[in-house]
Amino acid sequence: MSDTTTGTSANAPKKRSLFQQLEVDTRLLGMIGAFLLICIAFSIFTDGRFLSARNIFNLTIQTVSVAIMATGMVFIIVTRHIDLSVGAILAVCSATMGMVQAQWLPQALGFGSFWIAPLTIIAGLVVGTLIGVFNGWLVGYQGIPAFIVTLGGLLVWRNVAWYITGGQTIGPLDPTFLIFGGAEGTMGVTWSWIIGIAACLAAVYALWSARRSKLAHEFPVKPVWAEVALGVIFCAAILGFVWILNAYLIPEGRLERVFEARGEVMPEGYVEGHGLPISVLILILVAVVMTLVARKTRLGRYIFATGGNPDAAELSGINTKMLTVKVFAIMGFLCGLSAVVASARLTFHTNDIGTLDELRVIAAAVIGGTALSGGIGTIYGAILGALIMQSLQSGMGMVGVDAPLQNIVVGAVLVFAVLIDILYRKRWGGK
Amino acid sequence: MAAVDRSGTPLVELKNIRISFGGVHAVDDVSVDLYPGEVHGLLGHNGAGKSTLIKCLSGAYKQDSGDVFVNGERATINNPRDARGYNIETIYQTLALADNLDAASNLFLGRELTTGLGLVNDAKMEAETRRIMHRLNPNFKKFKDPVSALSGGQRQSVAIARAVYFNARILIMDEPTAALGPQETQMVADLIQELKKDGLGIFLIDHDVHAVKQLCDRASVMKNGELVGTVDVDQVSEDDLLAMIILGKKPEHLAA
Repeated sequence: MSDTTTGTSANAPKKRSLFQQLEVDTRLLGMIGAFLLICIAFSIFTDGRFLSARNIFNLTIQTVSVAIMATGMVFIIVTRHIDLSVGAILAVCSATMGMVQAQWLPQALGFGSFWIAPLTIIAGLVVGTLIGVFNGWLVGYQGIPAFIVTLGGLLVWRNVAWYITGGQTIGPLDPTFLIFGGAEGTMGVTWSWIIGIAACLAAVYALWSARRSKLAHEFPVKPVWAEVALGVIFCAAILGFVWILNAYLIPEGRLERVFEARGEVMPEGYVEGHGLPISVLILILVAVVMTLVARKTRLGRYIFATGGNPDAAELSGINTKMLTVKVFAIMGFLCGLSAVVASARLTFHTNDIGTLDELRVIAAAVIGGTALSGGIGTIYGAILGALIMQSLQSGMGMVGVDAPLQNIVVGAVLVFAVLIDILYRKRWGGK
Repeated sequence: MAAVDRSGTPLVELKNIRISFGGVHAVDDVSVDLYPGEVHGLLGHNGAGKSTLIKCLSGAYKQDSGDVFVNGERATINNPRDARGYNIETIYQTLALADNLDAASNLFLGRELTTGLGLVNDAKMEAETRRIMHRLNPNFKKFKDPVSALSGGQRQSVAIARAVYFNARILIMDEPTAALGPQETQMVADLIQELKKDGLGIFLIDHDVHAVKQLCDRASVMKNGELVGTVDVDQVSEDDLLAMIILGKKPEHLAA
């Protein structure tokens, strides 16, 4: 190409820092840095218990429910809306699924039927999606501000959930349903390694194919060493994570019960690791799909364009009303999915399930770099944000900080994160 | 300037367009037309109705009564997507770019190129953007940055590239040079001559009488939602045009 010479001469005098060469987001590094700082601090205060395999495992499964919803909240906030009703929608989905699996289906199909769990989950996802569509219709087609629709929804849906169950705690839930909760349903050591290695291969392939596509169009690429370094970091992180989850052993008592149920006797000194929880696998799947939607589909492109300039989107022929419905529908679906994980983790449905989740979810998205002015946000940021919030909360619990103080800190962190974000954008420009 | 051949079918005819907002006639029974290779200026004060009139063609508004004809056939334009279907492209005063996206995403917004799997093909779109920008504005280099990082002229060239890339036959430009410096204004003027040669018809909405006199073949002046008159720019002076805008009267030597 003719402009290669001018291109290199323009770039050559500029000194590029290590991070620029790697082309990693400095924001992301900041968040990872904050996360590591929190981990190290709590680890010191708890004599290392905070970073034990057991706690990391628990932290992971506690994060899943909020993290799943936070990915949907990214789309909502990017399109300049807000959803205050996610915790309440989660409660309706959980209440519906509780009734379906503990009372309605057993009467129809009999206890222990294979179909109870799948039908229950479908019911929960459908209910969540429908509520999302309804919210989106009110916001998009009727023009009611999302703040009002979902503030009202916060009260309405919370109490619909109450009405469905009559305020009772519903349980025990279906045994198959419980595997989506976390500790009860894990992949085991071998499968976890297999999945980890597959993820590494996928990461390396993604890096390689992105580079190949850039080269095919003669775009500039980063140096080979930078690509290799990124690949090594990704693989180390994935395999390290799997290794830690595998290192957390299933308690002896529970293993004995498993063997008893199979009519066998547990061999002396037998141990087994937990491995990847199924709920975490669901979160990873959600993260991958949502990232693909955000970056590689027209829907995602329209979501970001609408957030950047709603008028421009409209004039470009994008149906922004329908887009609003879709975005809220995705949010509702993810609330339903979160309800599966949250109620399965608790092993029953309670009347207060998901209370204050709207705060956690919005905080996760915002801490993860989603701009409330719209147009900017990432899925991985929101998940990292959820992890930071959960680490803070459970770390303070382990250290023995009083409950009111914990909530004060969590609330303050949300406000502080937005302040940091504003300062960051002022100094380095909005990106 | 070569004379425009107006013997054939006009590219666009707006006939007896009326549109009112809350009892105010924003456009009152206005008819204008446009021929291939012609630049047709629309002049008038703020609120004279020129932007409103043209939005009936671009699909942003729907006229209360009156008809739009494209190539002699009646056209139904309910939204911007319909307008694009008739190869009508609009470059808005506010530019209509999504500031947080890069040039390629903006150029293809609403018409993304996709891969076989239905996913957006960013690499292909960037390559196409580089190709067309090389032709329109060879100095353009910021392909990776969001358009908020671009200068007024660069943003304008993205907006124009969008229209040109999709083979517009009819181009609507709403004050294309309002936010630009002298050099960038010249760039847009050159570009208009280029597009004219390719046989496009251009509606140019502007305040600036001087620019209209220079760039346009014909000019229509509007005042208070009504059409004052349509004149050949070669037959009138800038003062005549100003008189039309301010007094709402056709110059005497043309008044029949």
